[in-house]
Amino acid sequence: MNETLLILGMAAVTFGARYLPMAVLRRFDLPGPILRGLSFVPPAVLMAIVAPAMFLPGGNTIDLSLENAYLWAGLLAFGVAWRWKNLLLTIVAGMSVFLFWRVMV
Amino acid sequence: MDGFAAILTQVQDFSVSLSPSESLSVFTPRREFWAGVRATLPLIVGAAPFGFIFGALAINSGLSLPAAAGFSAIVFAGSAQFIASGLVASGVSVGFIVMTTLIVNLRHALYGATLARHTAHLPQRWLLPLAFWLTDETFVVVASRYAKTDDSPYKHWYFLGSALLMYVNWQICTWIGIGVGQSIPAPGAWGLDFALVVTFIGMLVPFVRNRATLAAVLVAGATALLFNNLPNKLGLMVASLAGISAGLLVNGLWPEAKTGHSRQNPSVSPSQTDRLP
Repeated sequence: MNETLLILGMAAVTFGARYLPMAVLRRFDLPGPILRGLSFVPPAVLMAIVAPAMFLPGGNTIDLSLENAYLWAGLLAFGVAWRWKNLLLTIVAGMSVFLFWRVMV
Repeated sequence: MDGFAAILTQVQDFSVSLSPSESLSVFTPRREFWAGVRATLPLIVGAAPFGFIFGALAINSGLSLPAAAGFSAIVFAGSAQFIASGLVASGVSVGFIVMTTLIVNLRHALYGATLARHTAHLPQRWLLPLAFWLTDETFVVVASRYAKTDDSPYKHWYFLGSALLMYVNWQICTWIGIGVGQSIPAPGAWGLDFALVVTFIGMLVPFVRNRATLAAVLVAGATALLFNNLPNKLGLMVASLAGISAGLLVNGLWPEAKTGHSRQNPSVSPSQTDRLP
């Protein structure tokens, strides 16, 4: 892993995403279909990361057992996030249940 | 779409929260700067813990100390930094992480596009640093400032105040997290690796406001499980694209009813809980 290359690459694409629209689009709006597609990017990417972490913590097989703290604490976190829409509360509750689950189950 | 409506609601909230003394009746660069700092202070409370968590996670995912600090100093993109440190731990290629970072940060292009008409007059020496510091939080705060009808010529100073506070806070919190993270030998045993998962859950849920987004999330999750065995975490790419396609499909089949104040362009909304830079 070349860390310098990684940081410079990530910095370049991040800065590009922030700067180019400000520099190029001065009085124009992006076409509707592109905006619509982009609007699904954050939740889709996040869920594509979260789902395997919850259901496949060991790697290859879907783990629905009671021992899978990632799954049950994750599901609880979804419930807390949905009910209270509070990121801090979601993290604190999710982590607490996760640690409790690991110790108790 | 209701995403844009949510931005408008938050914009209004910020307007209301300004006291008469902050109404900037006489515009100066200094007043605009500090008004931007003050408007951003509440968001710091939400952003700070994730700086700690990032610092600790980055160290435990195998990044060197300078690299972990460099992420925050040079990349300055919270959610992408989280994802990248997770990917570093799983040993995928640099190119893949950079591509993933681009996808995760595409929402910033929407912010830039939204602000473009207001920043069009700025010289590059302003535009370059302000673009570098454009985060979810600063976008919401600054968009509300630009939405006001007063003709202050110094609104970019407001932008600068908000951006600098977010940046300085993120650096300090990252360093603290790095310091704490080094003293935690096995993050898995402490559940620090779960912090990443639960943070993403908290970030993604507020996006789910209509059936199109719900479809995008469900399809992305199911596809990610199906394609988890693809090399180089390519399943993440496939799942993301599948989710986006599902969202567009549902959006096309059952368009949301348009309300009075929503626009045609459904921008990604920086939800109240999506407080990572």
